[in-house]
Amino acid sequence: MMLYEELVIAGFGGQGIVLAGKLLAQTAMRAGLEVTYMPSYGAEVRGGTANCMVIVSDKPIACPVVCTPNALVICNKASLSKFAPRLKPGGVLIFNRSLIQSVSSVPDGVEVLGVPAEEIAIESGSPKCANMVMLGAYLGKRAHLSPEQAAASLPEILAERHHKTIPMNAAALRRGADFVLCHA
Amino acid sequence: MCGNEALAEAAILAGCDAYFGYPITPQNEISAYLAHRMPAEGRVFIQSESELAAINMVFGAAATGKRAMTSSSSPGISLMQEGMSYLAGAELPAVVVNVMRGGPGLGNISPAQGDYFQATRGGGHGDYKTIVLGPASVQEMADCMLLAFDLADQYRITVEILADGLLGQMMEPLTLAPRPHRPLPAKDWALTGHAGGKQNIIRSLWLGEGALEEHNKKLQAKYRRIEENEVRCEEYRLDGAEVVVVAYGIVARIARAAVDQGRQEGIPVGLIRPITLWPFPSRQIGRAADTFPVVLTAEMSSGQMLEDVKLAVAGKAPVLFYGRMGGGIPSADELLGQIRELTLSKKQV
Repeated sequence: MMLYEELVIAGFGGQGIVLAGKLLAQTAMRAGLEVTYMPSYGAEVRGGTANCMVIVSDKPIACPVVCTPNALVICNKASLSKFAPRLKPGGVLIFNRSLIQSVSSVPDGVEVLGVPAEEIAIESGSPKCANMVMLGAYLGKRAHLSPEQAAASLPEILAERHHKTIPMNAAALRRGADFVLCHA
Repeated sequence: MCGNEALAEAAILAGCDAYFGYPITPQNEISAYLAHRMPAEGRVFIQSESELAAINMVFGAAATGKRAMTSSSSPGISLMQEGMSYLAGAELPAVVVNVMRGGPGLGNISPAQGDYFQATRGGGHGDYKTIVLGPASVQEMADCMLLAFDLADQYRITVEILADGLLGQMMEPLTLAPRPHRPLPAKDWALTGHAGGKQNIIRSLWLGEGALEEHNKKLQAKYRRIEENEVRCEEYRLDGAEVVVVAYGIVARIARAAVDQGRQEGIPVGLIRPITLWPFPSRQIGRAADTFPVVLTAEMSSGQMLEDVKLAVAGKAPVLFYGRMGGGIPSADELLGQIRELTLSKKQV
């Protein structure tokens, strides 16, 4: 099976978009896959838009810039209108239903999946781990890596002072995946 | 690891003794990383008060025979040009990293390749050159750094690593290992302060009659040696190619995707990627132009390397250009569109 997955994770600064992307990249690398990770960088620390592009493949990756993603993880409304029109047919759009009520302007042939990320995050221990719920949902949908593999990479991605949150983040990853498996 | 961090760790592996720098996006990860790694290794890290100070601190440290470097991004590199000219005049080995952003002026913080002329033509005043390396991956950010200090020491020259914001920020897996040093000449010219030893003078001022011309001749002879021995480039899928793309840095990565896609569609297209931007792989490109009908240069600028490609091709084939500016990044689809058009127009002729 050939794997070539171009993912964009987008939301606003402070939602942990970049962290989720880094975690996926690290997890893919640990699994022996080829991976590139490209964040938007600069002024968008909190409040502005933030996004990152992750390509995971079983072959060397030529171009690290994603123009037409086959998967989107969208955490706020502004990012939805920016990225949804670029989705490839046959792709999947996973959106944060806690912040986005309805989804329009999605290309034909795209699977759309709403995840109540904030609610699941609160159940997992903190609304702050909504990013992990969304990443978990993505991993549940695209089965090339498991939420447990991602959880195992958390210590390498989180600063040491945050390591006490690892169990909570691991639970959020699992719950995100479970939500998709139950509702898909 | 992001490209900036890979480069910074490679500087540690390369035995960099001293880093001096002033913050600017998109290269801050280099100084942030070295701010803790250099002192941990017992080496020197100084955040200077300005770019001018940084490059002159590099001059001072290099004069003592230590491996010294600085890093910045486009506007900061402009500020360093006076010091780079002095480094060239004094023949001091140094490494300067430019993680390019959009210009002119303060521009923006997006990736760009608008400093090609500045880097490859010397940049400051006087007849001089710096070796310019153009990495195209996180792995090469590290590899170029490891190579840079050796080249600098071997030729007593400044080596500039010309990357861009995208390469600096993106992450990819990489393998970091010290490379075997090439045999390097002893630094018997350095100012080491030993009493009773021979007197060394480091200077770029030559007032004696004819002295500066002699000095310039010596520099030029060195540059010719470098042109003879240090050209590096990658040739990709040139077999039977009718269109050859020439691109460096991150644009070469994007072009590679376009070439792969084009080949899948049956378009005979290949890629030449200069790794040394000076010395430029003119011979390789000239040779290619003998065989291939059309050359397409792609850059994140209005066409700077284009001039070197045209000189290399020397009229043997049409040289076309596709560029984006001010932080715009060409997509593989855009490049492929250009390649398709070229193939089509060729068929009509």
